[in-house]
Amino acid sequence: MNDGLAIDVEGVTKRFGGRTVVNNLAMRVRRGEIYGFLGPNGSGKTTFLRMLCGLLRPDAGRGSCLGYDIRSQSAEIKQRVGYMTQRFSFYEDLSLEENLDFVARLYAMPDRRQAVARSLESLGLVGRRRQLAGQLSGGWKQRLALAACLIHQPDLLLLDEPTAGVDPKARRDFWEEIHRLAAQGLTFLITTHYMDEAERCHSLGYIAYGNLLARGTVEEVIQGAGLTTWEVSGGGLWELAESLRGLPGIEQVVAFGSTLHVSGRDAARLQSSLEPWRKGPFRWRAVDSSLEDVFISLMDAARDNFQQG
Amino acid sequence: MKRFAFSPARFWAVVIKEFIQMRRDRVTFGMMVGIPMLQLVLFGFAINMNPKNLPTAVLAADQGVFSRTLVWAMRNSGYFAVTRVVSSEEEIRSLLRLGQVQFVVHIPEDFSRRLLRGEQPALLLEADATDPSATSYALSALSSLVANAFDRDLKGPLRRLQAGPAPVELRIHRHYNPEIVTQYNVVSGLLGVVLTMTMVIITALAITRERERGTMENLLSTPVRPGEVMIGKLIPYILVGYVQAGLILLAAWALFRVPMLGSVPLLLGVMLAFIGANLAMGITFSTLAHNQLQAVQMAFFYFLPNILLSGFMFPFRGMPDWAQVIGEILPLTHFLRIVRGILLKGNGLAEILPELWPILLFIGVMLSLGIKRYRRTLD
Repeated sequence: MNDGLAIDVEGVTKRFGGRTVVNNLAMRVRRGEIYGFLGPNGSGKTTFLRMLCGLLRPDAGRGSCLGYDIRSQSAEIKQRVGYMTQRFSFYEDLSLEENLDFVARLYAMPDRRQAVARSLESLGLVGRRRQLAGQLSGGWKQRLALAACLIHQPDLLLLDEPTAGVDPKARRDFWEEIHRLAAQGLTFLITTHYMDEAERCHSLGYIAYGNLLARGTVEEVIQGAGLTTWEVSGGGLWELAESLRGLPGIEQVVAFGSTLHVSGRDAARLQSSLEPWRKGPFRWRAVDSSLEDVFISLMDAARDNFQQG
Repeated sequence: MKRFAFSPARFWAVVIKEFIQMRRDRVTFGMMVGIPMLQLVLFGFAINMNPKNLPTAVLAADQGVFSRTLVWAMRNSGYFAVTRVVSSEEEIRSLLRLGQVQFVVHIPEDFSRRLLRGEQPALLLEADATDPSATSYALSALSSLVANAFDRDLKGPLRRLQAGPAPVELRIHRHYNPEIVTQYNVVSGLLGVVLTMTMVIITALAITRERERGTMENLLSTPVRPGEVMIGKLIPYILVGYVQAGLILLAAWALFRVPMLGSVPLLLGVMLAFIGANLAMGITFSTLAHNQLQAVQMAFFYFLPNILLSGFMFPFRGMPDWAQVIGEILPLTHFLRIVRGILLKGNGLAEILPELWPILLFIGVMLSLGIKRYRRTLD
């Protein structure tokens, strides 16, 4: 369809009461792309997803999702989109097979039985198909939810924190699955708080207080932040961190295991503030800023703006 | 050892937490105050086991002084309110079947003349005895009343009539339930009560549960439309309602030998409207309740006036006017009259229509309220 964009929206705004939850947001997601949508809790990610799949009506903004107008064609969008809610939202008192069968019926699948069988097969759920969904562990619940979102063979999947509370092995398997599906042409918009997951995405968008603050590939986001980071190791780091905070040019001091990351956007001022501690018992090393450094910096900056405004 | 001792501090922590949660849950808090108040008002003011001013029709073929004395004495007893004067037998039948009067008094043609002759003329009282408790006090008051009602008129030479046996012979016809079997009334009423209880609670729960567990959000992200969800959810419960009704009717027939004079298919048909009214109420509650507990509490709050004010437990006509007005709003009140009318009086469609439209009106109002609220909770 139109120039290979699965999602192409701009100016999307949603207010609840007097509070603007999503503010003038623009987003472009190419087909077959895995787009990571990040931001602190309550930043408007879920609300944005709900608007994309027609659960909520945007107060302003326009655009298309899979070529359909997000304001007037929500019925068509729902038919082609799979939405996985943050909280497990299938029926715990139905078996896996019954849950999938129900969803397949809702989408009026022509060959329902086959679709259910295919879905159980592809996600390795065949052996558990008669088990009640409520008895599954977190990882299996998440697999079921993914299977249910995929059953109608959507073109776009909206996954809202799909891996919250899932163990590392299951998370890795989940991401393998997502990359496999993306290779087949499916588009993903995924919200997450995990940095390793963000790094597995083709593109990222970072939202805070309803505003999109950064976007691009992992490298672009890191470079765009223009952050310089020093890693310090040695003894007495906690005291060092206390003395560094608030010095000119030092924007954040974060503990990473037995090291500290000290970052700032103005490399020269950062360096001059650090000068007095250069000697002493500490070992200094210039490192690449990590995604986490960047996000924390973005979040702090956004909070400052938000409080001023 | 000390670890196992009862710690006032820990115990107090729990007490404080409970109070905070109680205060946050406004609905539960409201119910804790509301239900006792409701019970107090309903039991204290509305319920009256000794109903008075029961509507009575008089068919007086004799216009003599004794007729007037009799009517005056009945009125004075407080039990009978003469609301109609009728002239034909058909009119009487229809009034009784529609439940517009509780009693009909027949004063025969030569009542006064025969009374004077000491012939003990027959005084016929027809009673709608579907609910025996509604009529029993009035009937016993009447028998003592006729013995002395004419004393003032029987003066001078007529005094000898006072001394003899009772001046009139009182004949009582208890219609629809001549053997005064309380079960006839209770079992048929139970049909409506059971349906009210289960239908309202089940629907209120079914939709609240979907929201509480988060499955509603998922459901709405699929192409399914709210109307399809609603109707799809209700159909199974309508079926459940019919199974319940079938069981009660079967028990009424086999165990309690409740007469079934009218058409059972008609009853089952009208029942659909009544089930619909309860489901509409349940949907409205489900849009108001935030969780399943609140839904159950609301259903209970609704159930209380239904039991007490509908005429199921206590005679409807014994209640003060304000309580009767509330009772008239409740679908159960009308359904009870329909069930008793069809089963015990053999009423047909034409006779139950006046009770049917208030139920339909209730559905309309509740459903539009429920759907309006339901829409708002989505966005």
